[in-house]
Amino acid sequence: MADPVDLGLWAVPLAILGGAIRVSTPFLFVSLGECLTERSGRINLGLEGTLILGAVSGYAMSYHSGSALVGVLCAALVGGIFGMLHGWLCSFKGVNDIAIGISMMILGMGLAFYFGKAYIQPTAPRLPAIPFGGWSDIPQLRAALQVNVLFLLGGALAVFLAWMLKNTRVGLTIRVVGDSTDAARALAIRPNRVRLWATSAGGALAGIGGAYLSLYYPGSWNEGISSGQGLMAVALVIFARWNPINCFWAALLFGGAGALGPALQSVGITEGYYLFYAAPYVLTLGILIATSSTERAVTGAPGELSITK
Amino acid sequence: MSAPAPSLEAVGMTMRFGDFTALDNVSLSVPPGSFHALLGENGAGKSTLVKCIMGFYHATSGALLVDYREARIQDPRDAQALGLGMVYQHFTLVPSLSAAENLVISRGDTPALINWAAERARLEAFLAGMPFRVPLDRPVSSLAAGEKQKLEILKQLYLGSRFLILDEPTSVLTPDEADEVLGHVKALTVSGALSVLMISHKFREVRAFADDVTVLRRGALAGRGRVAELTNEDMAAMMMGKAQIGSAPPRTGTPGDAVLELRGARARDRSGFKEIGIEDLKVRAGEIVGVAGISGNGQVELMEVLTGQRRLLSGAMTVQGAPYAATRAQARRHRVRYLPEEPLHNACAPHMSVAENLALRDFDSGRNGTGGRIFLGRARMARRAEELIRSFDIRTRGPQAQIRDLSGGNVQRAALARELSGDVALLVVANPCFGLDFSAARAIRDRLMQARNDGVAVLLISEDLDEILELADRVLVMSDGHITHEARADQAKPAELGRYMAGHAA
Repeated sequence: MADPVDLGLWAVPLAILGGAIRVSTPFLFVSLGECLTERSGRINLGLEGTLILGAVSGYAMSYHSGSALVGVLCAALVGGIFGMLHGWLCSFKGVNDIAIGISMMILGMGLAFYFGKAYIQPTAPRLPAIPFGGWSDIPQLRAALQVNVLFLLGGALAVFLAWMLKNTRVGLTIRVVGDSTDAARALAIRPNRVRLWATSAGGALAGIGGAYLSLYYPGSWNEGISSGQGLMAVALVIFARWNPINCFWAALLFGGAGALGPALQSVGITEGYYLFYAAPYVLTLGILIATSSTERAVTGAPGELSITK
Repeated sequence: MSAPAPSLEAVGMTMRFGDFTALDNVSLSVPPGSFHALLGENGAGKSTLVKCIMGFYHATSGALLVDYREARIQDPRDAQALGLGMVYQHFTLVPSLSAAENLVISRGDTPALINWAAERARLEAFLAGMPFRVPLDRPVSSLAAGEKQKLEILKQLYLGSRFLILDEPTSVLTPDEADEVLGHVKALTVSGALSVLMISHKFREVRAFADDVTVLRRGALAGRGRVAELTNEDMAAMMMGKAQIGSAPPRTGTPGDAVLELRGARARDRSGFKEIGIEDLKVRAGEIVGVAGISGNGQVELMEVLTGQRRLLSGAMTVQGAPYAATRAQARRHRVRYLPEEPLHNACAPHMSVAENLALRDFDSGRNGTGGRIFLGRARMARRAEELIRSFDIRTRGPQAQIRDLSGGNVQRAALARELSGDVALLVVANPCFGLDFSAARAIRDRLMQARNDGVAVLLISEDLDEILELADRVLVMSDGHITHEARADQAKPAELGRYMAGHAA
């Protein structure tokens, strides 16, 4: 690799761009999963646990099978099963989806830490990236444009989900259930079954997001691997107004905010940069405050969602 | 439409729930292409009868004939297959979906991949054969109530129903909208494309549109006949039995000084994108001011401004000349009381007892009221509750019953009892009789008129124009967030008010 070129302050936006692409992928998958689940009228706060469980199972399977792809598929499967458990528990009368979500989050983290002890040391095969920066001589730009396949897949998935919600029977069914349980029953749709599958699919996506964490960036398994992406995704979905395409842009924004700290550090700012590591959390808080109102209803919210009722 | 309308006959239908007989040997006949009205008070068995017809309930005994053949209807799908469709009192449309999406998903055989171009063409072809249409692309939540009701009916026809059961289809419509929707339905029956069974308790609509009427009372057949041969008094007598219907107490006294005043009041609406603006609203002691309007034209926001739940952007609200922000202390000082719509949700704590709910106004007042300074005056609360239950005729198992177990009319009476007890200067009421039957509504309206005669200033926000014309001294029409018209109630013409309500009057 060529020597780094001195870019001066240009290094900051460049590092943020690269960081946004790198950091946003787990946000993207978790938020798409959460978006799908919430469009069916249920909220799954357990996705933080699913994310970490996906990270450890993906890493473990990648290590044992020697294939990162197998790891990702395994993470999706584990996430899907975990989501299904949430959906199944919530289908009982009087069970609150938020309370179940929080217990699932803690359970998922506990399981992941328990089974993950053995995988802190070993090195598993990692996911490949596609270099989109070959045309440039600037090594920083090349590094920033190392794009992982999962990021591209996530972008395509956002478009697909938006299309699916509009143009397929499954999509319309999910929206009906999310907006009005009574109307769904009148159409002989079983709301609990739809929500079960939507939660399960959402869990599978969150699992993939977890596999990205352990198999690409940061790229190893440890107990501090997630920094709350699974929880921030809930805020992100609200910010994105339950629209998958908006989820993509919102994930980039959150990813960029997450890259702010490392970017400032890379240009030699040594004091106070760690404050910027808090940028995603501050952004989450700021967005929730800015989009809330005592007098306005949230637009675009599925009618059956317990947080907006 | 090709298939001719079917006939329907119910013979000796009886429905028992345990010891309780909800429907006792009721027979009913609707010939093809006729418009049949089903009249009765709440609890008279109308809903039970149509639910038996639609297969939601299985009748204890009795038979159903569709097109003169015995029909076994086990569930609503069987009814659908026979061409029977029902339009419910509450909308069953999905609010965030467009009309086109609602229609397509309501079909049992929606394809896995929806080809919107082809579906659109088919929908357009279907609508071309209909006497009315609705915008296909807007989300249903943005449609007016009349359009939603039309879409509900279109949906049934789209699904192939040739026999429609309409359950109080006009309860959320303006008179003009109601006439338009029912006029179209009537035209379809006249052309022989549709038979209709309509549950109603509006004589005006029964008279204008129905051919025949069947009246139920306490689960039994109370009378039937051709509408043309019956007077309203006949029908009312069948519905109520011997019980006198009674008329409103007379209007007495003259209005006094202004109690409530709103000037140049602006507030954001629920969407946050628009504003409501009340230039000048005065309610004087001893008068009822009615605010008419179609639901969703700013009445909810106006109510929230008056109850202090919505901030004023500018302008002033005064009560008895003093600035008023609807704090608990101010409401107590100026003797302002409220009866919001759906009181079980908006004015009661559903899981608390009737006695506790009746004490919500004054349990913390420290003196005179039911409360002590620190501890609740349980004994006083119970005594007071007994009094109110008696004087307002609230039917409950006792003061300690949970208020959510009471029927709608009794919850309404309990809330009104609380709000009207003691010395009241201003009463703000929203849709007080929504969903109540004749006698329950009568009782509430009599109380409001009594309060007015006693010198209370009453602001009545209601979507029921008949109610406003009966009770109010002055009528204001609210449309698109503003008061667009004012008239004296005794000189107002319903048709003209309807045009202002719809927002297209000069």
